[in-house]
Amino acid sequence: MIMMRKNWKGAAMAGAMAGLLVGVPAGLLASASPVAAATPKDTLVLAWAIDDIITLDPAEAFEISAGEIMGNTYDRLVRFDINDPSKLYGDIASSWTVSDDGKLYTFKLKPNLKFASGNPLTADDVVYSLQRAVKLDKTPAFILTQLGWSKDNVDGKVKKVDDLTVTLETDKPYAPSFVLNCLTANVSAIVDKKLVEANAKDGDMGYGWLKTHYAGSGPLKIRDWRANEILAMERNDNYYGEKSKLPRVIYRHVKESATQRLLLEKGDVDVARNLEPGDIEAVSKNADVAVTNTPKGTIYYFSLNQKNPTLAKPEVREAMKYLVDYDAIGQTFIKGIGEIHQTFLPKGLLGASDEKPYKLDVAKAKELLAKAGLKDGFTITMDVRNNQPVTGIAEAVQRSFAQAGIKMEIIPGDGKQTLTKYRARNHDLYIGQWGADYWDPHTNADTFARNPDNSDNASSKTLAWRNDWNIPELTKKADAAVLERDTEKRAQLYKDMQKDVLATSPYVIIFQMIETAGVRKDVKDFKLGPTSDTTYTFKASKS
Amino acid sequence: MAVVETHRPGDIKPGRPRARSRSLAAASGIGRFLVIVVLTYLGLLAVTFFIGRVIPVDPVLAIVGDRAPTHVVERTREELGLNKPLIEQFAIYVRNVLTGDLGTSVLTSNRVIDDIRRVFPATLELATLGTLIGAVFGIPLGVLAAVKRDSLVDQIVRVIGLVGYSVPIFWLGLMALLVFYARLGWTDGPGRFDIIYEYTITPVTGILLLDTAMAGEWDAFRNVAGHLILPSALLGYFSLAYISRMTRSFMLNELGQEYIVAARAKGISESRVIWRHALRNAAVPLVTVIVLSYAGLLEGSVLTESVFAWPGLGLYITNSLQNADMNAVLGGTIVVGSVFIGLNLLSDLLYRFLDPRTKRR
Repeated sequence: MIMMRKNWKGAAMAGAMAGLLVGVPAGLLASASPVAAATPKDTLVLAWAIDDIITLDPAEAFEISAGEIMGNTYDRLVRFDINDPSKLYGDIASSWTVSDDGKLYTFKLKPNLKFASGNPLTADDVVYSLQRAVKLDKTPAFILTQLGWSKDNVDGKVKKVDDLTVTLETDKPYAPSFVLNCLTANVSAIVDKKLVEANAKDGDMGYGWLKTHYAGSGPLKIRDWRANEILAMERNDNYYGEKSKLPRVIYRHVKESATQRLLLEKGDVDVARNLEPGDIEAVSKNADVAVTNTPKGTIYYFSLNQKNPTLAKPEVREAMKYLVDYDAIGQTFIKGIGEIHQTFLPKGLLGASDEKPYKLDVAKAKELLAKAGLKDGFTITMDVRNNQPVTGIAEAVQRSFAQAGIKMEIIPGDGKQTLTKYRARNHDLYIGQWGADYWDPHTNADTFARNPDNSDNASSKTLAWRNDWNIPELTKKADAAVLERDTEKRAQLYKDMQKDVLATSPYVIIFQMIETAGVRKDVKDFKLGPTSDTTYTFKASKS
Repeated sequence: MAVVETHRPGDIKPGRPRARSRSLAAASGIGRFLVIVVLTYLGLLAVTFFIGRVIPVDPVLAIVGDRAPTHVVERTREELGLNKPLIEQFAIYVRNVLTGDLGTSVLTSNRVIDDIRRVFPATLELATLGTLIGAVFGIPLGVLAAVKRDSLVDQIVRVIGLVGYSVPIFWLGLMALLVFYARLGWTDGPGRFDIIYEYTITPVTGILLLDTAMAGEWDAFRNVAGHLILPSALLGYFSLAYISRMTRSFMLNELGQEYIVAARAKGISESRVIWRHALRNAAVPLVTVIVLSYAGLLEGSVLTESVFAWPGLGLYITNSLQNADMNAVLGGTIVVGSVFIGLNLLSDLLYRFLDPRTKRR
C-alpha cells in the first residue's frame, strides 16, 4: 500500500501513456478522416479472394476467380442460360447447324461485331482463337482437344468459310449438347486476333502479353490487374448486346472472411464473396445486407485408394459410405455453403440424380466390416488440406469411423501438398473437391467414371486413376454416353452410371457446394451463376 | 526466457556490444565485411532454395492446376528448367541474380523485381510507423518501469507488455477493426485506401503518405493516414511490448552501476541521472533491439497483412511459398536478407556514434 501511494504519480503516467497510445491515433483519425464509408455510386466493389488468378489469357485461365473475369470480359460462340443451363443461346453466333453425320458444325456470326479495341470481330478471329487455344495447349485445352483436335490437325478442323461463317469438324459424332457445351467454356473465348498478333513475340501467339493484358469483346473490359490486390473492369461501349449497367466493377483482394464481413457491413464493399458459415449468419441479420446463394457444380468427397488392399475390399468401400454422419455435417460445417449430395453429377447438370441412399448406420457398417474379415476394425490415414470445411468434416468422419473400430489418423497439409500426394497415388484416404470444368455431364463422368489407362504413367490422371480404380466397363459406358445424340437417352445413360458409381465406387460423396454472397441492399440484379464464368457482374446495378 | 527469469523475474540480461562491430569499425575490416555479406547472401539463397525444392509441393501443379494432362505438366516442368539437377538449377539462378535478373513469378506473371517494388513499400510504410510508435511509447514506459521497479507502475507496464506480446495479433487486429472501424467509425478499414481513390493516387515511391503529400492530394493523404492507423498502431503495440521490456532491463542494469551512485552522490538531479546518464548508456544495446525489431516488421507481418487486406511483402512471400513459386520466394528472401544486413550495418554505425569506446578504436 505504501508503495502504491508513493508511486501513484508514476501509475497515472503509465496509464496516461497507455491511453495516449490508443487515443492519439484514434483521435487524430476521427478528425482526419471523413467516415461516410460508401463505395462510389458508379462502381460495383466486390471483396473476394482473388489470389488464385495467375493469368488473364482465356486459353490458359482455369482458376475460379479468373473464370468469372473471363465470363464478363470475353464473348464466345454460344452461352448457356443461367436460369436453365440446358438451354443454349448464341453469343456472337446468330445460328448454327449440325450435319447429318453429326461431325460438322456450321456457325453463322452476328454481323458488325467489334472488339473493345475497335477492331471488327469476324470469322478470322473465331478461327484464330480456337486454333490458338489448341496450339498453345495449356491446361484447359483438353476441353477442345477431346473433340479430336490437335496442334497438327486443328488448322483443317476449324475453318473459315466467309467473314461470317465458321465450320468446326469433330472426329466422332458426339452429342451436340456436349460439343456446344464445350464451346461455352472460357477456353473457347474469342480473342482479338489483330491486337494479340501485334503483341506476339517469337511466334508465341501473344501468350506472354495476354497473361496480363486484355483483348476481348465482352460487356466489360479489363482495365488493371495487380496480383493479390485488385482487379478492375470497365464498361465496354463496343459490346454488341445490353451494355453493362455500371461503368466500373472492381474486385478487391480480401482473404479473411471476418474482414470481408466488416467491409460489407460498413459499406466499403458492395458484395462479399468468401463468407464462412458464422459470418453468413451474422450478415443475414443485418438489415442493409441480403444474402444470395446458388448451387455450384462443385462436389466434396473423400476417396479410398484401391492400392491399399483393405480399402480395395468392396465391403469396406460400402461400409465407409455408411460411416458418415451426413445430417450432422449438413447442419454444421456446410450450413449455408453446401447441401448433402451423394451422386457424382452435381444438381443442374444433364441427367444429374439426387439419390441419397446413405445415412449414418454404424450397425450396418460393422456388419459389412465383419463380412470383410475386419471385425476389429483397422488403422488408416486421411490427407486433409488445412482449411474449412474439409478439416471439420474429416474430424467428424474420424469420430464416426471410431464407432466402427476404424482408427483414422488425419494428416494435415497445405492444399498443394496434399494434392501432390494424391496425384502420385500415395494416399490412403483423401478428402477434396471436384468442380465441373464445363457445363456438361461428361466433365464429371470423364473423371469419376473413366480410367482408360490405369498404368502408373498414364496420360490422364482422372479421379478413378488417382484411386487406382480400374473400371473398363464403366469407361466404355462413359464413352458411349458422350456419343448419344438423343438428349433424353443420354440423360438416362448418366443416371445409370451414377447408380453404379454410387453402389460400387471408392468415392464417398458428401455434398454439393452452394456459393453464398452477402450483397448490400442498394445493389440490384447481382446473381451468382452455376459455374464460375456465369456470375455476370455486368448485369448488376446500384440504386 | 524462463532460465533468465529465475534470478530476477522479468529481467532480461542485456548483451554487451558484440565483438563484430569492433572488427567492422576498423577500416581494414571492410574487405572482410564484404566477404561476410556475400557468404551470407549465398548461404541464405542456398538454404531457401533447397528447402523450397524439398518441400513436398510440386511447383508445376501451382501453375498448370489439378486438371492438366500429363504432357502439359511435363512440358511446363521442362520450360521452367525443373527437370535439371538441383545444383544446376541453383547455379543458373545465382548466375541470373548476379546479372540482376530475379526471374518471373509464375503466380503473378510479373517480374519478381516489379512485384517486390510494389509490395515492399506497403510493408515499409507500415513497419516504419509501427516501429516509431513502438519506440516513442516503449522507451519511456520501459524507463518508467525500471525507475519505479516492483511498484504498481512496473506491474501496469508489465501487463501492457505481456498483453502485447501474448495476445494473438490476428485476434487483436480483428477486435481493433470491429471497435474502431465498424462500431465507432473513428478509423478507416482494411486496405491501403478507399476504393474511390483507386487510380487517383499515382504511386511514385509506393509509400503512399509521401506520394499523396508530394502530389498535394490532401484528401487522399488523410484517407491513406486513416487506413494506416489501425495496422500501424497494432504493429506499434507489438514492438512497444518488446521494446519496453528490453528498455526496462537495460535501465535496471545501468541503474545498478557505480557511476550512477557517484552521480547521485554528486547531487545531480534524479531526472538528469535517469535520462542523461543511465538512458544514454542503455541506448547502446537498445539500438540493436529497436533495429532488429524494425527488421522483423519489415519482413512483413503475414497475419496483420491478412486481417487488414494489406498487399505487403509478408503475404506475397507466404502465398508464393505455399505455391512453391520459388523465384518469388527467393526474391523476397534477398530483400529480407538485405534489410537485415543493411540494418545491422546501420546499428553498428550507430554504436560507433553512441559508444565513445568503439569510436576510439
